[in-house]
Amino acid sequence: MEPLLQVKGLSVSFTTDEAAFRAVDDVSFQVSVGEIVGLVGESGCGKSVTALSVLRLIPSPPGKIESGQILFKGEDLLKVDVSRMQNLRGKEISMIFQEPMSALSPLHRIGNQLVEAISLHRALSKKEAWNLAESYLKKVSLPDAGQKMFAYPYQLSGGMQQRVMIAMALLLEPDLVIADEPTTALDVTVQAQIFELLQKMRKEHTAVFLITHDMGVIWEMCDRVIVMYAARVVEEARRDTLFQSPAHPYTQGLLASSPKPVRNKTRLKAIPGQVPSPIHYLPGCRFRDRCAHAHGRCEREIPEWVDLGDGHRAACFLLSRG
Amino acid sequence: MSNLYSSILAVRDLKMYFPVRRGVMSRTVGYVYAVDGVTFSMDKKEILGLVGESGCSKTTLARTILMLEKPVSGQVLFDGKDLFKLRRRELAGLRKRLQIIFQDPTASLNPRMNILDILTEGLLQYGMVEGDRETHARKLLAEVGLDGDVIYRYPHEFSGGQRQRISIARAISLRPDFIVCDEPVSALDVSVQAQIINLLLDLRERYDLSYLFISHDLSVVGYIADRIAVMYLGRMVEVGPAGDVVEDPLHPYSQALLSAATAPGVYRKKRIILSGETPSPVAPPPGCVFHPRCPKSMPVCRKEVPRETVSGKRRVWCHLC
Repeated sequence: MEPLLQVKGLSVSFTTDEAAFRAVDDVSFQVSVGEIVGLVGESGCGKSVTALSVLRLIPSPPGKIESGQILFKGEDLLKVDVSRMQNLRGKEISMIFQEPMSALSPLHRIGNQLVEAISLHRALSKKEAWNLAESYLKKVSLPDAGQKMFAYPYQLSGGMQQRVMIAMALLLEPDLVIADEPTTALDVTVQAQIFELLQKMRKEHTAVFLITHDMGVIWEMCDRVIVMYAARVVEEARRDTLFQSPAHPYTQGLLASSPKPVRNKTRLKAIPGQVPSPIHYLPGCRFRDRCAHAHGRCEREIPEWVDLGDGHRAACFLLSRG
Repeated sequence: MSNLYSSILAVRDLKMYFPVRRGVMSRTVGYVYAVDGVTFSMDKKEILGLVGESGCSKTTLARTILMLEKPVSGQVLFDGKDLFKLRRRELAGLRKRLQIIFQDPTASLNPRMNILDILTEGLLQYGMVEGDRETHARKLLAEVGLDGDVIYRYPHEFSGGQRQRISIARAISLRPDFIVCDEPVSALDVSVQAQIINLLLDLRERYDLSYLFISHDLSVVGYIADRIAVMYLGRMVEVGPAGDVVEDPLHPYSQALLSAATAPGVYRKKRIILSGETPSPVAPPPGCVFHPRCPKSMPVCRKEVPRETVSGKRRVWCHLC
């Protein structure tokens, strides 16, 4: 499959009065046409910053994209001008945020918000745009779509708001949708409804870049998975490979510490210690203080990538022979 | 299932309605039927997982058991005594045996109190300090796997996982028999979540604690609980041993809920997608509250509230069973 989005060596730093730190450090990955790629990691590991960088939505200052390339269909998004970027946002790459209530305008009717998104990118009459918007609300199975066009966001439940967000993200038939924790704020039965929608989208050749902290969501949705820890990517693999034979000790720990509803209960293998703060990242391998296999080399050098075949790679000295 | 009177906690036909008031005279125009006829019991050392979606009144049920709300009717028997019929003095002795751990340790620990004060406030109230305050606090911290030297620090100096350990230390300080754990690991990172789950299981063994474990995360509940109770719109729809409920849910709502749960590494059976949304508890549907969304609904479901069906250790409220 041809790559749709290629991120190469992306580094993003933030400078505040107290400290300067890198929230994303030398991150590379790619998303192919019609693929669902998951980015998993714990709070503060830089996954949302990675997603926002792709759309160049990092507030600057305090944020700054230091280096790297973001190639979308071969075009480097870090080099294009603002008007080109505005043209791309929503039309070719769109985003679904975690909290629909804060992403939708509380002061405008749903219909007007959808129509605005359309009119920015397409020369349609008001009536045509309105009908198109309504057809997308139907597509995301919002009940009484016609009436909901006149509703304000607060009149809808969280699940319905998220459907409106998804409708908005799909309106202009983008090639890539970035979804940042799209179901974290929702109940499981509503989450199941949203998953169905995202799967349907993919069948229409829209690629999805899905950001989550939940291994369950990754398992349900993704073709390929990227694991981040402390601002760096530590492992990348196809979904089945990652769950069957995780290579990096962090991925192994994450999977072993996820509780499963099983009868024969063995004690959970928790990862000791805590998620580090970006100001206190260790030199060398950043996971080494929580890793059972850490040795001298992990303190001195940043682990190199080891290719394990079939697109599976991990950054750990345990895997490099010698 | 044990006899209602021999168990540590028994809840019988508990009803908790909140009045809806309108207008300048604050007339009561209706009720929020938050908890509507819930019955269950718990054994000593048992972990009962309470699951259900937001707004199904899991927390209201727990608050009522802890006497933080006054129910409209029904009984809560703790160690055989009806909590809402006790005199004030008898109650004082009982209150310390029921404790709670909240979801967000940042909000539930007073930012102006140091760890020593947080841990010993209850002990002083009940005159239960053993030796001096510092030693007792250090002992409590050791129980939850924290270093005793932190007693003069304040909550903001700790990470989320450590703060949750402090809330747990506070909850066990009065040697309770029963602890409500209201989403105790939901705010934590996955790698830290497992540490807290292990700690809760260890403490249960050490002190014979019973937990009412509330969570929306079915993997966590399926792992930690001995039995699982499923709630929908203020009512219980199913209770049974955790393994049975997870593998073979009987109520159509439990079936949909569990089919929607994500279990990493387990290939799923068909996901049941429910249509529509949970109705408002102000105007719950007549008959079985789940019937408007139930894929197996029958005419009788619209008219009659389903009765309890008991089979072995399982209880279900459904006309199909």
